[in-house]
Amino acid sequence: MSNQAVAMPRKTRGPWSVAFAKLARDRAAMASLAVFLLIVLACLSAPLYAKWAGVDPFASTLDAVIQIDGADVPVMEQSTEGLGLGYTPLGPTWRLGNYFLGADSQGRDVMARMLYGGLSSLLISGAATIFTLIIGTAAGLIAGYFGGITDTVLSRLLDVLWAFPIYLLAISLSIVTIAQGIRIGPIDIESGSLWLPVIIIGIVYVPYVARPIRGQVLSLRHSEFVLAAINLGVPGWRILWRDILPNITTTLIVFVPLMMALNMLTESALSFLSIGVQPPAASWGTIIQDGQALLYTRPLVALVPGLAIAVSVMALNVFGDGLRDALDPRSKVRLGRD
Amino acid sequence: MKKLLLAASAAALLAGTWLAPAQAEYLKEHRGGTIRLLARSAAGTLDPHINYTDQGWQMYQPIYDGLVAFRKAEGMDGFTIVPDLAAALPQASNDGKTFTFKLRKGIKFSNGQEMGVKDVVASFQRIFKVSGPTSGTFYAGIVGADKCLADTKNCTLEGGVVGDEAAGTITLNLTKPDAEILYKLALPHAVVLPADTPAEDMGSKPIPSTGAYMISAFDPNKGMTVSRNPNFKQWSEEAQPDGYPDVVQYDFGLSEEAAVTAIQNGEADWMFDALPSDRLGELGSKSMDQLHISPLSAWWYAPLNNRLAPFDNEKARQAVAYAIDRNTLVKLFGGKVLASPVCQVLPPDFPGHEDYCPFTKNPGTKWSAPDLDKAKQLVEESGTKGQKVTIIVEDTAISRSIGVYLQSVLTTIGYVADVKPISSNIQFTYIQNTNNKVQMSVTQWYKDYPAASDFLNILFSCASFREGSDASINIAGFCDKDIDAKMQKALDLGVTDQKAADKMWAEIDKQVTDKAPAVGLFTPKRLDFVSKRVGNFKFNRQFNWMITQSWVQ
Repeated sequence: MSNQAVAMPRKTRGPWSVAFAKLARDRAAMASLAVFLLIVLACLSAPLYAKWAGVDPFASTLDAVIQIDGADVPVMEQSTEGLGLGYTPLGPTWRLGNYFLGADSQGRDVMARMLYGGLSSLLISGAATIFTLIIGTAAGLIAGYFGGITDTVLSRLLDVLWAFPIYLLAISLSIVTIAQGIRIGPIDIESGSLWLPVIIIGIVYVPYVARPIRGQVLSLRHSEFVLAAINLGVPGWRILWRDILPNITTTLIVFVPLMMALNMLTESALSFLSIGVQPPAASWGTIIQDGQALLYTRPLVALVPGLAIAVSVMALNVFGDGLRDALDPRSKVRLGRD
Repeated sequence: MKKLLLAASAAALLAGTWLAPAQAEYLKEHRGGTIRLLARSAAGTLDPHINYTDQGWQMYQPIYDGLVAFRKAEGMDGFTIVPDLAAALPQASNDGKTFTFKLRKGIKFSNGQEMGVKDVVASFQRIFKVSGPTSGTFYAGIVGADKCLADTKNCTLEGGVVGDEAAGTITLNLTKPDAEILYKLALPHAVVLPADTPAEDMGSKPIPSTGAYMISAFDPNKGMTVSRNPNFKQWSEEAQPDGYPDVVQYDFGLSEEAAVTAIQNGEADWMFDALPSDRLGELGSKSMDQLHISPLSAWWYAPLNNRLAPFDNEKARQAVAYAIDRNTLVKLFGGKVLASPVCQVLPPDFPGHEDYCPFTKNPGTKWSAPDLDKAKQLVEESGTKGQKVTIIVEDTAISRSIGVYLQSVLTTIGYVADVKPISSNIQFTYIQNTNNKVQMSVTQWYKDYPAASDFLNILFSCASFREGSDASINIAGFCDKDIDAKMQKALDLGVTDQKAADKMWAEIDKQVTDKAPAVGLFTPKRLDFVSKRVGNFKFNRQFNWMITQSWVQ
């Protein structure tokens, strides 16, 4: 029996299957993924929520009056004591669809803005991640594979970008483009467009992707299968596309959640400084900025988006770590021991 | 104590000498101590010939003197011109083009130097040598100013400012009569400094002064210490009264929230910056006795670019004026206690002001409600419906919220609007430069001195518009030759008959308002929050709270 068993061909799992199995067994990563997907789903429901609640999260509604337990309640309440100075926005009602998280200083429903804000933050961080990965991967592949003067020029360009502190560069680019947008040849991006933060954030993180990719390509360039393909006269672009790119895919996949978390933080910081998403559009960063002036009376307006950013970024980072562990070939050893 | 003071002040006012008895009575009892002030940041350069900020001008009042001064008195009395370093107000001669000032004797700078004719002449030259921000406007009418503006380093103002050491007189010659020249001479840009003061921006270096106080230490990142001038002997209570505290300690760097808490805890006595909006309710109910609300001669407005679509169309501009709900803006600013709706250019209680509001539901003298139907109709008639409008606002909570509200209004009446908050440090110059193609913005104008021309002529004359310049204060780019000619006529008339001139300014105010080059939003009020120990709070309409006329012990 035992001899027969040894002789039978053992069914081995493919690397992707192993990775998925390992990822599925990482409870922290899966829980983080679930949390993140919940956030994404909630944000995608923003238009539906606003329609259901009957609110416009972008228009000032300082004179709005809502009903709570049959009583009319103004969204902005004027102080009636003493000198009667100032207006205080409505606090949380904890009733979904009826100013659940209260109002901001423009009388807008904070819950509806939170969902729309999340949508902007996710869209920008997601699109910027794709932008960074495409440009960074292309730069890394070309520099690593072709070497020589091409590598020198590209690497120096990346060094220049790398030399600037990330936030300083992002803030500088934002300030330059915020009022007039970007107009270069056929590219015409208006100043209020969400594409502006996408491109700015995307550009500043290119070296973070391009440099490790270049390193990997440099070592793959001298591997036997690539040398064989070169000697067989396979064109360079085909070798890059068919032989090298598949070998760096796992690295790129690991980059996705980690870059997205980083981009989300950068977007929030830029929007908080009024140089990211522009009012009346919302992002979690702009809502924190709106809430800054209400910290004393309505601290939730700033706290909730801050918490949303923290939870999203943490979920992405934990999931990214899990993904890296799952896709790391060295961890197969650990898998075997399990 | 407060009632006693009010009674004393009322009695003094009735007698026509509001200050002297009250001050004589209180001076000994309350003299001394350190008054502690807070601001988020310093007001820029210490140089009084260059600094052009409310914060700086307020602090200079007990420190520097000019030939004349605004009376250090409460309320509208603060708009009166009184002799300061000059012994008396000058009589105009040579058809209103020449003024001769007789200097007081025995006044010393804080460094011990005697103040004299040569210091006055050198100070006038220095206004041009340091390219003072108002040298080309307020003081451009002095004979020789044109040469000084062209060649600042070698400015002599020959024939313009003539000193006579023997007689102790200064003669000021103008190229043409100027009804507002004494106001301009009473501003900090025309104070008298020692003749040997370097002809360059002194930045953080204090310059010796003649006033009751002097700047004894300054660090733009930390604070400023103002102490008594050891060489000061009061010569005119109206122009430069002695003060109560021995030291004014002005600290920089604390946020508005932290400053409020410091004042509540008695760790500071006053803050320069506006109170945070989320503390207003609490302070208005719990600290009423520590709050002082005072009217300001100021205007929050939205310039509409008269040279760019869609606001190159008068009907489009009027549509915006009809659509804006001033009550909502007042609400955003903190409520009716802190601001009043406005339609016209000249602020209430200002020379030339006559209530006027054409852009409201029931046109007349006061704003009542927005007229959205009329606004939409005007947008249709103008043929500008659907055009894109960008509103540039300052990156502050209040400006941003006003911008967001205006964006809603423009969207409602048919435009595709967006709002851009940009840093407060650059927004004011950004919106002035035509190269930036700003269609609409939100800004404020605070009077330099109490004259209608300081609003109408400066903000809406053809000469105030400069293509491609950061210093084009006619932000709307409005230029109407007829109104311009009328403004010139009113300026000339003011030399001989100020009352008639003010009547003319009232007409000009209406004409400018009708053309809607900018939309008036509201008139703000100043809210000062002081510690419990601050007594004798007096608000001067020209330079705000008179810091050293309050006591802390």
